[in-house]
Amino acid sequence: MQKLSMSLAAVSLMLASAATPTLAADGRDYISMVGSGTVYPFATAVAEQFGKTTKFKTPKIEATGTGGGMKLFCAGAGVDTPDITNASRQMKKSEMEACQKNGVTEVVEVKVGYDGIVFANSKKAAPMKLSRKDIYLALAKQVPSPEGGDKLVANPYKTWKDVNPALPANKIEVFGPAPISGTRDAFTELVMDNGCEAFPFIKAMQKSDEKQFKAVCQTLREDGGYVEAGDNYNLIVQKLETSPASMGIFGFSYLDQNGDKVQGSIIDGSVPTFDNIASGKYVISRPLFFYIKKAHVGVIPGMNEYIAEFTSDRAWGKEGYLAEKGLIPAPADERKANAEIAKALKTVVIK
Amino acid sequence: MNEKPISTMDRVSVGLAKRYRKERRFRLFGLAAIVASLLFLVLLLGSIGAKGWTAFQQTHIRLDVFFDPAVLDVKNLATANYANLVKEAVFVLFPQVEGRQDKRLLAKMVSGGAAFELQRMVVSNPELIGTTKSLWVIAKDEVDMFVKGYIPRNVPESERRVSDKQVAWIDQLVATGRLEKKFNTIFFQAGDSREPELAGIRGAVMGSLFTLMVTLVLSFPVGVAAAVYLEEFAPQNRWTDLIEVNVNNLAAIPSIVFGLLGLAVFLNFMNLPRSASLVGGLVLTLMTLPTIIIASRASLKSVPPSIREAALGVGASKMQTISHHILPLALPGIMTGTIIGMARALGETAPLLMIGMVAFIVDVPHSFSDPATVLPVQIYLWAGSPERAFIERTSAAIMVLLFILLLMNATAVFLRNKFERRW
Repeated sequence: MQKLSMSLAAVSLMLASAATPTLAADGRDYISMVGSGTVYPFATAVAEQFGKTTKFKTPKIEATGTGGGMKLFCAGAGVDTPDITNASRQMKKSEMEACQKNGVTEVVEVKVGYDGIVFANSKKAAPMKLSRKDIYLALAKQVPSPEGGDKLVANPYKTWKDVNPALPANKIEVFGPAPISGTRDAFTELVMDNGCEAFPFIKAMQKSDEKQFKAVCQTLREDGGYVEAGDNYNLIVQKLETSPASMGIFGFSYLDQNGDKVQGSIIDGSVPTFDNIASGKYVISRPLFFYIKKAHVGVIPGMNEYIAEFTSDRAWGKEGYLAEKGLIPAPADERKANAEIAKALKTVVIK
Repeated sequence: MNEKPISTMDRVSVGLAKRYRKERRFRLFGLAAIVASLLFLVLLLGSIGAKGWTAFQQTHIRLDVFFDPAVLDVKNLATANYANLVKEAVFVLFPQVEGRQDKRLLAKMVSGGAAFELQRMVVSNPELIGTTKSLWVIAKDEVDMFVKGYIPRNVPESERRVSDKQVAWIDQLVATGRLEKKFNTIFFQAGDSREPELAGIRGAVMGSLFTLMVTLVLSFPVGVAAAVYLEEFAPQNRWTDLIEVNVNNLAAIPSIVFGLLGLAVFLNFMNLPRSASLVGGLVLTLMTLPTIIIASRASLKSVPPSIREAALGVGASKMQTISHHILPLALPGIMTGTIIGMARALGETAPLLMIGMVAFIVDVPHSFSDPATVLPVQIYLWAGSPERAFIERTSAAIMVLLFILLLMNATAVFLRNKFERRW
């Protein structure tokens, strides 16, 4: 009996001591970031460098996906909300409106660089030479009828040779990201939409019925030709190694790290190399951003210094440590312009 | 009438062979099931072990570092250019290397962590300045991967992240005894890092520890109290039936649901900090409570009524009966249930996703409110990282997690065997 009440007292004491420091959540002394999994490897590298070289604590970064990050970022202006969100696409108008409504009135947009999306297969097979039209025809759920005419039919193509006689007779099997991923968004936008527009009657649809256009161009086939492989791209690389006839879609940094196992396909005549993506010759690349909550600068310690670190040449420059991690640096003038925006904390207007 | 009636024995012996066959087949099925599951287990552990054991070793390079007084100003030790000291020490080893590009390649063979190590040394012992010291510093992850054989030597230069020149330099270092694999202490001492060679599990282990502490401190007393009430005091009526059904149901609910609940209640309503181990512990408490309650009730039930009656018979009150006799006798079973519940909580990631514990956290947490992550989350994050060196670290972290789980389950078995009493 005595023992029981004593242990109860001990328990309540421990609880009290555990709870007291946490109730003061308003005194956060580290930067909190959320957002895209594509920007995550770069933001974490900057955060670590920042934490090691300054007196500030290392920022905390959650990979919530671009959309999830925007939602958390725009939830309010209090210190219990994130200070920065990383994004693999620009903030949408609807997201900006949500921000405004919740009191996040001043947002600064910084473009950090580019990321290439590659279409890869195993080194054991020959490299593929594809056009965006080929990819569209191979992966869309509905394609223009092979007999010609302005008619859409369910995708009849079984092998790459069916799509384009110049390609090998391998079965179409592509491993790629699931719909929640920003990589998938960028892929559908940069490849599928573009491949779609090769057909005049679908292109005309864009003006007359945009919803229909999107449905036709962006819906991927569900009969096994396109396999959603989650967001673990290492698994896709492993899968490609064991089945040389298959293809995979992932970010450039995974190709960069696994150059002995997989090779990037030549898309519209250019190979996905660092230089080709940086110069814009390789067409499937997209800008990456981060958004700063201006109200938190000066409140959360280290915000200015973190932003300065990210926008310094030793981080995002041509020879910087982010290039080492697979980020494609923006051209010098673009970097300069964005560094100035970041320094002056110029708020962005989303149109 | 000559035909003898078939005796029971005859009838039995006719079917006997068939029955024996059936019997053997039945046993074989069981055996096959066990062999198959053991095979899968061996396959799983084997592949993890084969991939992961190399992570416990890390390639180091021996450098003769000159602590240059021109670079190190005693008043300004925090901001001095330590990276330069490392670079100079590498260049000394290869005087033949010239040109900016080649020097960059050469400097890249040593991890950026080496500079921080020098900084720590100098700050704690400023007398080093002006001396030359022979030190083992950490090699870059790509060099490490090459030395361990994960990056093949016999492919064209463009296909690997170690250039032909670097290969030649590595060979030279090996030949002069300046490159060695040593035990990877960083793996056990550091928090997460984007550089595989500097990444460790300490932060995640501490996060798991804090989280489990909260879970244990909350769920054990609450769970046992609930079980005691339900088993010893509660009247048998519709309400208690309803509670019992609910408790059993809760034990089977997917854990992500508890994460959503935690997000709504602890973060949005109670305004507790995101990513803190306190909140993680609270969520896991909700998840483990049903398990503990069910195990405790079963264990209380197994205490024979004679003990209860004897205690009441000699004049003990209900509370004395419970706290002096029944609880101590039921404790081994309760503890076994608790440890198994804790082991389940240790392996959980899904509910933590919702409350922000799936995050990149470098600093090792020191309190319940510090941002923290847990071991399984660390494994998940590393598994998705592009750097190849994270593959072996992922497997190594899994090995550590499995080891801890094994330890917890062994404790449960030990406790049960030691204190269990049979009637």
